[in-house]
Amino acid sequence: MPARELCLHKHNENRIFGEMEMKLSGADILWECLGREGVEVVFGLPGGSVMPIYDVMLKYPVHHVLVRHEQGAAHMADGYARASGKVGVALATSGPGATNLVTGIATAMMDSSPIVCITGQVHSSLIGGDAFQEVDVTGITLPITKHNYLVTRASEVANTVREAFYIARSGRPGPVLIDICKNAQVEEVEFHYPEEVFLPGYRPPTHAQKEDLQKAAEMISKAERPVILAGHGVLISRAAQELHTLAATAQIPVAMTLLGLGAFPSSNPLSLGLMGMHGEAYCNLAIQNADLLIALGMRFDDRVTGNLKTYAPRAKKIHIEIDPSEVDKNVHVDLPLMGDLKMALNDLSPHLETLTHQTWMEQIEEWRNESRERDILSKPNGGKMYAAQVIREIWKATRGEARVATGVGQHQMWTAQYYTFEQPYRLITSGGAGTMGFGLPAALGTWFADPGSDVWVVDGDGSFQMTQAELSTLVQEQANVKVAIMNNGFLGMVRQWQEFFFDSRYAGTPMPGPNFAMIAAAHGIPSRQVTHTAEVAEALAFAIDTPGPVVLDFRVEKEESVYPMVPTGADLHEMIRRPLPSDKVYSESELTVAGSD
Amino acid sequence: MQHTLIALVENKPGVLNRIASLFRRRNFNIESLNVGHTEKPEISRMTIVMDSDNVDARRVEANLYKLVNVIDVQDVTSQPSVARDLALIKVKADPEKRAEIANLASIFRGRIVDVAPDSVIVEITGTEDKIESLLELLRPLGVLEMVRTGQVAMMRGNALGVRHTPNANRNGSHHN
Repeated sequence: MPARELCLHKHNENRIFGEMEMKLSGADILWECLGREGVEVVFGLPGGSVMPIYDVMLKYPVHHVLVRHEQGAAHMADGYARASGKVGVALATSGPGATNLVTGIATAMMDSSPIVCITGQVHSSLIGGDAFQEVDVTGITLPITKHNYLVTRASEVANTVREAFYIARSGRPGPVLIDICKNAQVEEVEFHYPEEVFLPGYRPPTHAQKEDLQKAAEMISKAERPVILAGHGVLISRAAQELHTLAATAQIPVAMTLLGLGAFPSSNPLSLGLMGMHGEAYCNLAIQNADLLIALGMRFDDRVTGNLKTYAPRAKKIHIEIDPSEVDKNVHVDLPLMGDLKMALNDLSPHLETLTHQTWMEQIEEWRNESRERDILSKPNGGKMYAAQVIREIWKATRGEARVATGVGQHQMWTAQYYTFEQPYRLITSGGAGTMGFGLPAALGTWFADPGSDVWVVDGDGSFQMTQAELSTLVQEQANVKVAIMNNGFLGMVRQWQEFFFDSRYAGTPMPGPNFAMIAAAHGIPSRQVTHTAEVAEALAFAIDTPGPVVLDFRVEKEESVYPMVPTGADLHEMIRRPLPSDKVYSESELTVAGSD
Repeated sequence: MQHTLIALVENKPGVLNRIASLFRRRNFNIESLNVGHTEKPEISRMTIVMDSDNVDARRVEANLYKLVNVIDVQDVTSQPSVARDLALIKVKADPEKRAEIANLASIFRGRIVDVAPDSVIVEITGTEDKIESLLELLRPLGVLEMVRTGQVAMMRGNALGVRHTPNANRNGSHHN
């Protein structure tokens, strides 16, 4: 933190942004343009093909975060973007530097996260000749970017950067990659900052059609069992307030996708929490029994719908969506409204009537009570430490207000279920791509977006080991990020599938891990290993009271599973439920499953 | 059923690759894809013929619009339009067969554009049906080689201008 302030301070004194025309190198033009886009932090790792860009970097008021692997740079930019709503920037050299970004770019693409990745490329005259560290990065990233550019001349840099940021953040956001040849970084040209972008083929939709809004309002007023499906679009469009107005006015329960969590306060009686594969039973039952689904900025992903043929069979469907290619992709909808969600909900609200759905809400309440009985929080732990209960303790210790980044797997689903979010932009997680290793770097990006907030990583031992090299970066930046590892010695979610669907043949899932406390210690990071439930509260207090990064290694119950679970392709209401606490079969099977450690 | 889409795209390097990549990635089947210049040097025009039995043409259209370099897309399948395909067909032809081939070609308003000692090249322009019909007649004589451009299409009457309401087009296919 002190280093960061110092850096910004130093450069503010010799700012060189100016309105006068001047001859600048492509590298200088790049930084000038990034400054004008409001970029304050860049996550990167230097190499041969970006040396001219790095060489002039110190002149500019930007903080560079040195990552330990470029995948971390893309995830950090992504985490920064999700937490702040601003465009995150990653910088890497050509060849392997650029290919290391690929997983991060695909992650951002699947979750519509606005990042701009800048990569160096060999001299334009060498392209196609298999030069050292030459890789066709624009070719590789073509299907996983919203758009990408190959810049071969310095004169193209300014326009390209301007367009890239505009494309990344507007419409349905997404990653944009700019591959800049080394000669284009070095060449000097007159610098004109383009005030406007000219993109004749790019026209993000805005307002939904008026008559459709009227029709939507009529469908809503006729419905007896409506459910709102709130997706990531609510957050991206910054429409949480508008969603609240719709739900409250028409008294409609709100189910959320994984990336939609936080769009609606989970403490609100209308909240149904997470929907889909690991959604609570009452949520999925509400969807299956609904007569109207109002889908807001979501895409009916297979993890959300289960078997499409039996999905919400009696429900009419309204779909408010900014991307026309999502309409009817998976689920046929009765009324699509194309446009920006915030605008659409604002335009819709004057047409809305005040409604109640008492019978429907009572029915849902009944389901909810039944779910509560089976909840792991109601389960006597008998001295065992369940990850779900640890995550609930983290929720308590942070008053439910932390920003939580996760990896992918069981711990991620438990975070979605038990770190119940009241506000948007608090859960930073890889949904569509399901990228293990996302948590730690995304948390660091989140911290840069909001250094004042509590930032936690809830990770699995498998996910954590994929990007744990970024612990070094955490220390270098003295980032106030707390890492809680739900360490069960397995690739837990795969193990769960093996238990449920492959007769418990644990192939490739047992994973004896290192001592994470010692790994933390090697980085100079304070740490605790927690093996008993009695130690959880103290360890959390220790993490919260210790400034800077902390690592907590929770040795949780090894073979616990995430419930409920809709098996892949099964009907959404056909959930594998957590057996009731009194159920002896459960505890026996739990104790006798072979192949642990 | 076959659908014919016309796409106006920016004439920039890599745009054809973007379109082809989109079709591959989304598993859309293309029957033919034709690219060429237009009256404006900065714009290229593509005629895409696709088999829409498995995929909704509207979805293809919506996905094409997501490409930044795609300026306009129009589904001309049910619009009054002119569609043409050009074929060069090399047919085995001993000297005594040449007249018969020339005769067949002329019935279809095709013509012979090259004569070699034992073969001729027939050029024919027209709809797919027409070309198929001629091909059917030439096949027994021995087709040695064939190349087709794929369809190009143009709407009758008013020119296809650049429209600025690309996103509400779903109306056409479902709830109107």
